[in-house]
Amino acid sequence: MSATAELVRVDPVTLPGETGMVERPRRRWLPFSPWHFVLLPLAVVMLAPLVWMLVASLETLDQTRHFPPILWPGTLRFGNYPNAFRAAHMGRLFWNTFVVTSTVVLSNLVLCSLAGYAFARIRFLGRTAVYYLLLATLMVPLQVVLIPTFLIVKSLGLIDHLGALIVPNLANVFGIFMLTQFFRTLPVELEEAARIDGASRLSILLKIVLPLSAPALATLAVIQFMWTWNDFLWPLVTIINNEGAQTVQLGLAAFQGAHQTDTSLLMAANVMSLLPMLVLFLLAQRYFVRGIATQGLKG
Amino acid sequence: MERVRRALTSDHAVGWAFVAPSVLLVVVFGLYPIVSGLMLSFQKASLLSPVREFAGLENYRAILGDDRLKQAAINTVYYTILFVPISIVGSLAIAVALNRGIAFIRAYRLAVFIPVVTSTIATGIMFLWLLDSHYGLANFVLGKAGLGPFGFFEDPRQAMPSLVGMTVWGWLGFDTIIYLAALQGIPQELTEASAVDGASQWGTFRSVTWPMLGPATLLLVVWSTLSALQLFDEVFFVTKGGPLGRTSVVVFYVYRLAFEQGLAIPLAGFAAAIAYILFLVILMLTLIQFWLGNRVVHYSS
Repeated sequence: MSATAELVRVDPVTLPGETGMVERPRRRWLPFSPWHFVLLPLAVVMLAPLVWMLVASLETLDQTRHFPPILWPGTLRFGNYPNAFRAAHMGRLFWNTFVVTSTVVLSNLVLCSLAGYAFARIRFLGRTAVYYLLLATLMVPLQVVLIPTFLIVKSLGLIDHLGALIVPNLANVFGIFMLTQFFRTLPVELEEAARIDGASRLSILLKIVLPLSAPALATLAVIQFMWTWNDFLWPLVTIINNEGAQTVQLGLAAFQGAHQTDTSLLMAANVMSLLPMLVLFLLAQRYFVRGIATQGLKG
Repeated sequence: MERVRRALTSDHAVGWAFVAPSVLLVVVFGLYPIVSGLMLSFQKASLLSPVREFAGLENYRAILGDDRLKQAAINTVYYTILFVPISIVGSLAIAVALNRGIAFIRAYRLAVFIPVVTSTIATGIMFLWLLDSHYGLANFVLGKAGLGPFGFFEDPRQAMPSLVGMTVWGWLGFDTIIYLAALQGIPQELTEASAVDGASQWGTFRSVTWPMLGPATLLLVVWSTLSALQLFDEVFFVTKGGPLGRTSVVVFYVYRLAFEQGLAIPLAGFAAAIAYILFLVILMLTLIQFWLGNRVVHYSS
């Protein structure tokens, strides 16, 4: 644990050059670094599945049914996109996923901030015991408690409703843990001064602590967004007989089942399903990376 | 009144008020399932009927005699043995390569990181197409190199290695990020001192960098083993356990028992028992790995 806590503080987006490290001057036999010989093929391999999906999404069905594969279709069939959007009911899928994801992210920001602040700063009866009890649940993956969790959600009458995807995820232990750790690193003097002036805990949290915590909150938000947006197993078992409540991942899986051979349509749907996540990633790469480095703490 | 006000604003009351919503949710959806799952594993029950019968140890005894579960367990171990070393060695090499300020490094990093945010279903759709035995790009490229053609997911022997390749693609970025963070946490003076002492780059890596990466490696070994033992999405979506049951893994088998067959037939208790055994295996492996790791790994602080 001690070592992983250190991980969080360094930021892998920062380039070595920016942190003061300079490439050791070496005998140069090339006008560029030899590392490009490693990194360029690597990048090609990593991007190949994505590029190949993009190419197929712009081809005709006949062009995808061709071997050797057609690497570049003459005319780009952008019409595949609106067709796939309609056929896969993507409007509905996006809306459902958006409702679930935004509710879960917002609720986690609120509830994890409250709990994290209490665990970090307020001395209350049973604090340590409760904290470790919560942490213990991090050891138990959903896969092994899938059946009992399903039964609880079923007894609440949430099966086949978006609520099944929202309610169990309103407060995530990882988020509580992350914010607790973060709040502990903030200087306590400001808060103490406000306490002496008679400010309540809630107003201290809202006016002093949270404004200082924007990076941590952003990290929690993007990681929670990714988990919820990409989740498949839980929607699979709880949304069984109601197409109207399907998420993007569920709908995409069903669409694949029904349109297995219609490659160009399937790939167009797939590209669209990835777009929101990719855009968010490009905008907030720094927070994703920090969040993933922090996820190490989960283990 | 004053005493009531003081009690309500005391640290105990305020603290509990702050944590109460989260604690309630975690108790209901996090802790209670652990207990009720254990109880369910001693019962005969189906997911849709409220009828439960106490079955004693019958479910646990049945585990020993289930041949398909045995195959799923073997497949899970096979997957884990392939996935963990490949993803860790691969991501370490990539992190070392990416940890330098050369041109286009941001683009290279982006290429490695993007699969991390790609969902398992989207990944599955891409790889089913990439590794399509008739029209796939992979067979085309490998054919140019004089290899194949391969059946990939359709071939009983190649299906599991293909799954490994696909999931490694999806996970490399995650591991690389953690290794990059660890690499940047290594004090410059250490590697420079080693270089001044005349060590080669490989020598510096072996005697300075690698030991300093110990905690990150331990973490990734534990983490990757856990996620490998819980493999589900990719199997469910891409291979459906086939061909010939060669990619059926434990969580997939549990899912089938409880949510496909067990909706009507009372198999949920049996499935819960398997899940509980998996839980115990995961817990024990984690403890052993941390115990072994802490004897080998050097923590700097």
